[in-house]
Amino acid sequence: MAAAEQEEEKMAAAGGGCCLRPFSCEQGLLSRPDGSAAFLQGDTSVLAGLYGPAEVKGSKELPDRAVLEVLLRPKVGLPGVVERSREQLLRRTCEAVVLGVLHPRTAITLVLQVLSDAGSLLSCCLNAACMGLLDAGLPLSSLFCGVTCALDPTGAIVLDPTTRQEQEARAVLTFAIDSAERKVLTATTKGSCSVEEMQQCLAAAQRAADTIFQFYRDSVRRRYSKS
Amino acid sequence: MKATPLSNCERRFLLRAIEERKRLDGRQCYDYRNVRVSFGADYGCCIVELGKTRVLAQVSCELVPPKPNRPTEGILFFNLELSPMAAPGFEPGRQSELLVKLNRLIERCLRNSKCIDTESLCVVAGEKVWQIRLDLHLLNHDGNIIDAASIAGIVALCHFRRPDVSVQGEEVTVYTPEERDPVPLSIHHMPICVSFAFFQQGTYLLVDPSEREECVMDGLLVIAMNKHREICTIQSSGGIMLVKDQVLRCSKITAVKVAEITELIQKALENDQKVRKEGGKFGFAESIPNQKITAFKMESAAVDTNNVEEQAEEIITKAEPPSDVFAKPILHTPGTAQIGEGIENSWGDLEESEREEAVEEEGESEATAFECQKMETEDTSTMRETKKDEPIVLSDSEEEEVVILEPQELPKKTR
Repeated sequence: MAAAEQEEEKMAAAGGGCCLRPFSCEQGLLSRPDGSAAFLQGDTSVLAGLYGPAEVKGSKELPDRAVLEVLLRPKVGLPGVVERSREQLLRRTCEAVVLGVLHPRTAITLVLQVLSDAGSLLSCCLNAACMGLLDAGLPLSSLFCGVTCALDPTGAIVLDPTTRQEQEARAVLTFAIDSAERKVLTATTKGSCSVEEMQQCLAAAQRAADTIFQFYRDSVRRRYSKS
Repeated sequence: MKATPLSNCERRFLLRAIEERKRLDGRQCYDYRNVRVSFGADYGCCIVELGKTRVLAQVSCELVPPKPNRPTEGILFFNLELSPMAAPGFEPGRQSELLVKLNRLIERCLRNSKCIDTESLCVVAGEKVWQIRLDLHLLNHDGNIIDAASIAGIVALCHFRRPDVSVQGEEVTVYTPEERDPVPLSIHHMPICVSFAFFQQGTYLLVDPSEREECVMDGLLVIAMNKHREICTIQSSGGIMLVKDQVLRCSKITAVKVAEITELIQKALENDQKVRKEGGKFGFAESIPNQKITAFKMESAAVDTNNVEEQAEEIITKAEPPSDVFAKPILHTPGTAQIGEGIENSWGDLEESEREEAVEEEGESEATAFECQKMETEDTSTMRETKKDEPIVLSDSEEEEVVILEPQELPKKTR
C-alpha cells in the first residue's frame, strides 16, 4: 500500500488532483476473441474481449443492424444490479459509435472482466471497451473515452480518482466523450453537485479526453509501426 | 454464439500428426506449455497463463457463523466461471456439463486434499469463522482449463492475506491492514493438477493438451499431486480403458511436472513478496512487458484545468435560463396536497385562438356548443393545411369537447 500512497503524494505535488494516473494498454492479448484489450489506469484494470459480428440467436436478431451485447463480470461473485446498470450504460455508449447498420442481422458481444478496482472503474471499462472495438477492427463513427471526475469536499476537481478519493468525494461524475467533436456521449453522476460544478467537471473531462485520445493514437501507432 | 465445430479434415490431420508424434505447436508429447504467473495489486489476486489459456483468480474472505456440524472449522468456497470471453461457445450463467465437472475437480483438488488448514480459520468456536472464497475466471480457453485453474487457485490462496483478528473475552476485533499486517492462510501443501490426453484408445498419450487436441481426444486422465509425490486426486474420463502401467507412468510424469511448477510458483511468490517489501512497483501494470509492440504505457499525465471555471461559466451564461418552478403545494387536509394550481395546462394542445376562448367562455356551455358546431361545419382539410402538426379538435354533439392529447414539450424546469 506504500506505493499507492507515494503515488498520491506525487499526484498532489504535480498540481492538485488534475492529473491522470499512469495509463497502460495491451491489445490483442487473448487468442480466442476477435478483439481484446486490457486497459489499466493506475491499479484499476479491466480486460475486454469481443466477438463479432457473428451469428445471432433468433429472438435477439434485428433486421436492420447488429445487436450489441455487453457483459460486465465482477471479480468476486456473480453480476448484480450495479453490473447490470453499467452494462446498459456501456451498451448505449458503444451503440452510439458502432456502425451497426453495416452488419445487419449479426451480434457483437463485448465481455468486460474487472481485473482490479482501485477507483474510476467505469471510465476504465469505457476505455477498455473502446480499445477492444478498435482491436476487433469494427467500423466506428468515432472513438470514445471515459473520464471520471470527483468533487472533493472543498469543491476542487479530481480527475481519475482513486478509491479513497471517490469515497471522500461529494460527487463522482463519469463522462464518455467522443473523439470527433469532443461531445458528451454518456454522463452519469453519483452524489450532488451544482450545475456550475457539473459544467466545470465536463470541461475538465474534455481536456483529459485530449490526453487519452493522444494515448490511444500513440498506442495504435506503435502497434502498426512495424508490419 | 455457437462454438465452431471441428471439421473432419482437421480432425484427421490432428490424429495423423499425433500418430507421427508431432504436435501443432511444436511440442514433444511430454512437454508442458510455459506457465506464467502475474499478481494483481490486491492480495490473493493473480493471473495464470498456461500457453494461451488464461485464468484469473481472486480470493476473498468474510466472517460468518460456522456450519453446525463443524463449529471449529472455517468454510471454503470454490467457484470456477467459464466467462463468455474465453470462447464463443460459453454462455453466461449456464451450468454446463463441463463447468460442473471442472468445479467438482477443483473442489476435490483443493478442498478434499486438505491442503488448507480450516481449523486455523476459526475465530470463536461455534460463532465466528472465516469463510474463504476463491473465484476463478477463465479468460481465454486454449485447452487444459483444469491445470491452469488449479495452479491459479493454489497461487491465489498462497498469495492471499486475511485481516488479523484478536479475541478478548467476548469481543472480536478485526484489524485493518494499516493497524496490523494481514496474515497468510496456513497451507500444508500445494496440490497441482496435470492432465493427460489419450488418443486411439490409449495408444498415444499427450501431456497438457491444447484446445484442438482436446477436441479429438478419446479420454482424459487428470492427476493432482503435491511436491511430496502424494496423489491428491485422480480422475479418468472419456471411457477409455487404461492399463495399470499407463497410470503409473502418468503419475511419474506428474511428479516431475508438479516439482517444476511448484518451484516456479514459489519463485513467483517470493519475487512478489520481495517487491512489496521493498516498496517497489507491483500489480498488473508491471506484468505487461514493455517491449511488446501491442502494449503501450503512459506516465502519469497532468491535465491543464486552469480555466475550466471560465469555460463552464461561459456555457452556463450562453444557455437559456431555467424556467421558474411553480411549486406551491396547497394542503387540503393533512395527507392530501395539490401542486400546480393556476398553471396553464400544456398537455392538451388547444389551438391558440380556441385556448383564449376556452378560458374566456369557461362555463358557458352554450357558447362552447356553438363553437363546436362551427367547428363541424368548417372544412377540416383547410385546417390541416394551415397547421399541419396541430391536433385537430373534434367534437360530437353529445360531448362538449374532445381533445386529442399530444404532450407538448414540457417547459424545462430543471437544467
